[in-house]
Amino acid sequence: MIPDDLKETLQRQIAAIDHPREQVMDLVFTLQDRFGYLSDELLEEAAVLLGMTPLEVEEIATFYEFIYRKPVGRYVIHVCDGVVCWMQEHQSILDYLRNKLNIDYGQTSADGRFTLLPTCCIGYCDRAPAMMINRKVYGKLTPERIDEILEGLER
Amino acid sequence: MTIQVLFQNRQPNRIATLEEYCASGGYDALASALGKYTRLQVQQLALDAVLLGRGGAGFPAGRKWMTVAETAPFPRYMVCNADEMEPGTFKDRVLIHTDPHQIIEGMIIVGYSVLAEKGIIFIRSSYENAARILEREIARAKEAGFLGKNILGSDFSMDIAVHRSAGRYICGENTAQINAIEGKRANPMQPPPYATEKGIWGLPTVTHNVETLACVPHILRHGPEWFKRLACTPTGAGTKLYCVSGRVNRPGCFELPMGTRLSEIIEAHAGGLPEGCEYKACLPGGASTRFLPKSFYDIEMDFDAMKLAGHRLGTGSIIVFDHKTCLVGATLNMIEFFARESCGWCTPCREGLPYIRDTLARIEAGEGREEFIPLLRRMSRYLWNSYCALAPGAASPVESLLTYFEDEVREHISQRGCPFK
Repeated sequence: MIPDDLKETLQRQIAAIDHPREQVMDLVFTLQDRFGYLSDELLEEAAVLLGMTPLEVEEIATFYEFIYRKPVGRYVIHVCDGVVCWMQEHQSILDYLRNKLNIDYGQTSADGRFTLLPTCCIGYCDRAPAMMINRKVYGKLTPERIDEILEGLER
Repeated sequence: MTIQVLFQNRQPNRIATLEEYCASGGYDALASALGKYTRLQVQQLALDAVLLGRGGAGFPAGRKWMTVAETAPFPRYMVCNADEMEPGTFKDRVLIHTDPHQIIEGMIIVGYSVLAEKGIIFIRSSYENAARILEREIARAKEAGFLGKNILGSDFSMDIAVHRSAGRYICGENTAQINAIEGKRANPMQPPPYATEKGIWGLPTVTHNVETLACVPHILRHGPEWFKRLACTPTGAGTKLYCVSGRVNRPGCFELPMGTRLSEIIEAHAGGLPEGCEYKACLPGGASTRFLPKSFYDIEMDFDAMKLAGHRLGTGSIIVFDHKTCLVGATLNMIEFFARESCGWCTPCREGLPYIRDTLARIEAGEGREEFIPLLRRMSRYLWNSYCALAPGAASPVESLLTYFEDEVREHISQRGCPFK
């Protein structure tokens, strides 16, 4: 359930524009940032707010890489598998993360902190190999640097 | 150091401020556009400057603006395409992090030339930092009177909003992007009608790449002749942001005269290949361009020269492969990308790409057969029957792999495995 205060803010934002559905991505991101992922319930509420059908929102939600329709960990690690990263140690970086977190693509670590997913080229080819954690990019990855990055994340 | 136009205010680790941009002549072009020129004169200046779209297609910008009819309805839209998702491409990100106001100024000038009062910057999810920079700088431009109602006392008004995408390659395609902005599933649409006639919500929409827009203020300030002289080829114009990545010592984004030779970009600017690595091939403009083998090492990197040689400049993002890198593996990686990013709307793309991927995967894994080679050729030709440019772009690395590196593919087949492993 979207709490009332948030709902009011969203309703105000939606009312301010001519075409409410233009806001669908922003709305989905707001909900996802707050609740971690877009549950069926949130999706249906979002559809009502935007005057869309749940199916129309679902069509969009399942289209994009960074919208999660299933529960994810607190930190979602997207490892870039673009061709430049592929050339520069992508596989060993991925293997290191898999071993360290003891999860594979699409899985969440037992403590609920990390989900591992691939992503296409994120445009940091000058700093390959790269990954993204919760929309923040980290480049020039080495096993040591990954340790540091993950250590530095809030518990 | 060659002349820096788009990067003239580039500083290490810092974004140029509005004040710095203005001190270097920023927003002067907007003032003269609104005060001195009619909007049709602005269009003519871009046309005379031979400003070609920097997003990959190379369409003349001025001509695009001219297709918005005098009698076209309002409000009209000016969209900045910052959904930079072509593998190997990061010039727009660097440009936004360097001097964002020239993009904003470019948008306002183009907006004025077609009387578009609604500006939208469509930006990819992984550029969240850039999106925040743009939002902040748009607010500053508005405070300074460059955006909003009656810009600089003229009767032209415009606002710019930032639209965040959530990660899908096809959203960079003009018509798919229009669907995405409208909050619909981002499938491409086949023209006509063209977006400049019926785009967002059926209204005229002019879309440009970030780099194209950044060129606009400079053309107005210094004139079309100056802009054309910036290039080092007779038919080229302006400078170009070349990104170099892969097997080079200093990967990065370099502003160089349009038409600079590939060899010079790689050696003089990107620091050449690391010791022990020999140049084997590069992709000159992202994953949807053809491999350039050593025989093209000195090619002039501009639209015309590349076209004459049977290649495409694309985004000018050079990915360098060395002699120890398997090009079957590289092509497989890129086809995996295209297959995943296909929107699934039309059959040649949806079905053809996974077919090619699986065939390449078998070759790479040592399960290849002789007949796979003509099969791959035929399949990559079929991709041209698709609805938009995604699949023909995806065909480029496959087709050029078979044209220039057939021996390498055959070696995989005869040795029953990848010779690079």
